[in-house]
Amino acid sequence: MLDDLRDLYQEVIFDHNRNPRNFRVMDDADRQIDGFNPLCGDRLTLFIKLDGDKIADASFQGQGCAISTASASLMTDIVKGQTEQEAQHLFSLFHKMATGEHVEMDELGKLAVLAGVCEYPARVKCATLPWHTLDALLKGVEEPVTTE
Amino acid sequence: MAINPVLSNIEGYDVERIRQDFPVLNQQVRGKQLVYLDNAATSQKPKAVIDSIVHYYENDNANIHRGVHTLSERATLSYENARKKVASFMNAASEKEIVFARGATEAINLVANAFAQKLKAGDEVLITAMEHHSNIVPWQMLCEKTGAVLKVAPINDKGELIWDAFEALVSNKTKFAAVSHMSNALGTINPIKQMIDVLHQFDVPVLIDGAQAIPHIAVDVQALDCEFYVFSGHKLYAPTGIGALYGKMEQLEHMAPYQGGGDMISIVTFENTAYNKVPYKFEAGTPNIAGTIGLGAAIDYINSVGIDAIAAHENSLLEYATDLSHKIDKLRIIGTADNKGAILSFVLDGIHPHDIGTMMDHQGIAVRAGHHCAMPVMDFFGVPATARASFAMYNTYEEVDALMAGIENLIEMFG
Repeated sequence: MLDDLRDLYQEVIFDHNRNPRNFRVMDDADRQIDGFNPLCGDRLTLFIKLDGDKIADASFQGQGCAISTASASLMTDIVKGQTEQEAQHLFSLFHKMATGEHVEMDELGKLAVLAGVCEYPARVKCATLPWHTLDALLKGVEEPVTTE
Repeated sequence: MAINPVLSNIEGYDVERIRQDFPVLNQQVRGKQLVYLDNAATSQKPKAVIDSIVHYYENDNANIHRGVHTLSERATLSYENARKKVASFMNAASEKEIVFARGATEAINLVANAFAQKLKAGDEVLITAMEHHSNIVPWQMLCEKTGAVLKVAPINDKGELIWDAFEALVSNKTKFAAVSHMSNALGTINPIKQMIDVLHQFDVPVLIDGAQAIPHIAVDVQALDCEFYVFSGHKLYAPTGIGALYGKMEQLEHMAPYQGGGDMISIVTFENTAYNKVPYKFEAGTPNIAGTIGLGAAIDYINSVGIDAIAAHENSLLEYATDLSHKIDKLRIIGTADNKGAILSFVLDGIHPHDIGTMMDHQGIAVRAGHHCAMPVMDFFGVPATARASFAMYNTYEEVDALMAGIENLIEMFG
């Protein structure tokens, strides 16, 4: 009966929700920042370690729904080893996908499992919160990020 | 799941007939019959309310309190009749004690604004730990302005007020108290009569936030003896954008106006302005006339069903839902007060409330997921959010069954 919901909640999302990758405090992080969705109360802390302009490591902690947890888990996995510019580019692609704009899915790799979110306006911010937080972190913002 | 035959029949309560009066209920959402269980956020509107608004705009639309022409007289009469209906619904001594506002939030702000002139540094304002943000923030703002201190009466693990701690917080320093009649996040019904009695021993004016209670509980402001009682129409089957403040005349007469403008004055010169009398002193500008008429129609409708019959029906739905939810291992009810209104706030082990909300919507079931504008309550229970099903006069046992089946489905899907 919930078959069509599988477009949003793909098995990969359940997997990342049950076993989020990079879900840890990074004691030796170069930067960290809090992201907060005041509408729903989801919050996360994002940590990164830099090596020159490359993201050497990324991790997160926090409390959120399956969509935001899976999104943070996938994001921290995929940006490891990327330059700041590459990560920013991926963010803009991801944002387009989440809001229903046309993008080449190939460029998004695993992140494409979150494409279904564009059908659920109330849930777009769940998927994009980790990315907005990363964006702010890369730009050197220090105040907590909110989706509003 | 079988319907409990004992619960299914409150004598003479014809829920199917009531449902026919609410056009919005008759629709499919995502291919399923709509099950609307977000009544604590806002209730649906009966046809009588919708018709009253259409009738007003099609026949009587005019500004009130000023025109001498027929339409203005009709509009004024309908508007003022609504005030009488509200007064009678709350058993106020006079309709002059009813001030129309946009909703409970504006009504609370109106009172908080007036008390800025009456409070001073070191005074205390008392609220409870289960308040909605709208009954926290205006008092924080008042304290910031005056130097008064906000005191918060604590709650226990069931979401009930801790009586001894509450009593201990009431003193000669307490200069105002604001208490919810019923918690929107937990369903707890506060012992407001006893609280008011204790507060009055120290001459503390009391505001009761009735936004959540008034659709479910018969309110008698004279018996309660509260100084203020506020509510929003939209939770009472009336339109959004209209609500009311009940205030004792002796209080309202000595309160500063909230906003300046037309209708709230009697004489204006550039040197001086004399304010209009209560309640008009607090109703600046052209009000929400259609909404007010809709509120009057909603009260007529509720009276035709009977608030006590509505309460009995909803309590029976809550009891049924609570019993069934005990059979779901992963479900934990947040708010288990002994005296509780028709709200089932819950969390599911390992499943975030937002995922619950989306998955329930997919089954045609509207529930609220979030912090319910009560972040301190969420913090107290150590949850970021809850899912909340809340019942109204038109809900059925079959809808409770659908809710429980929906929960079982998503537990299975989450694995």
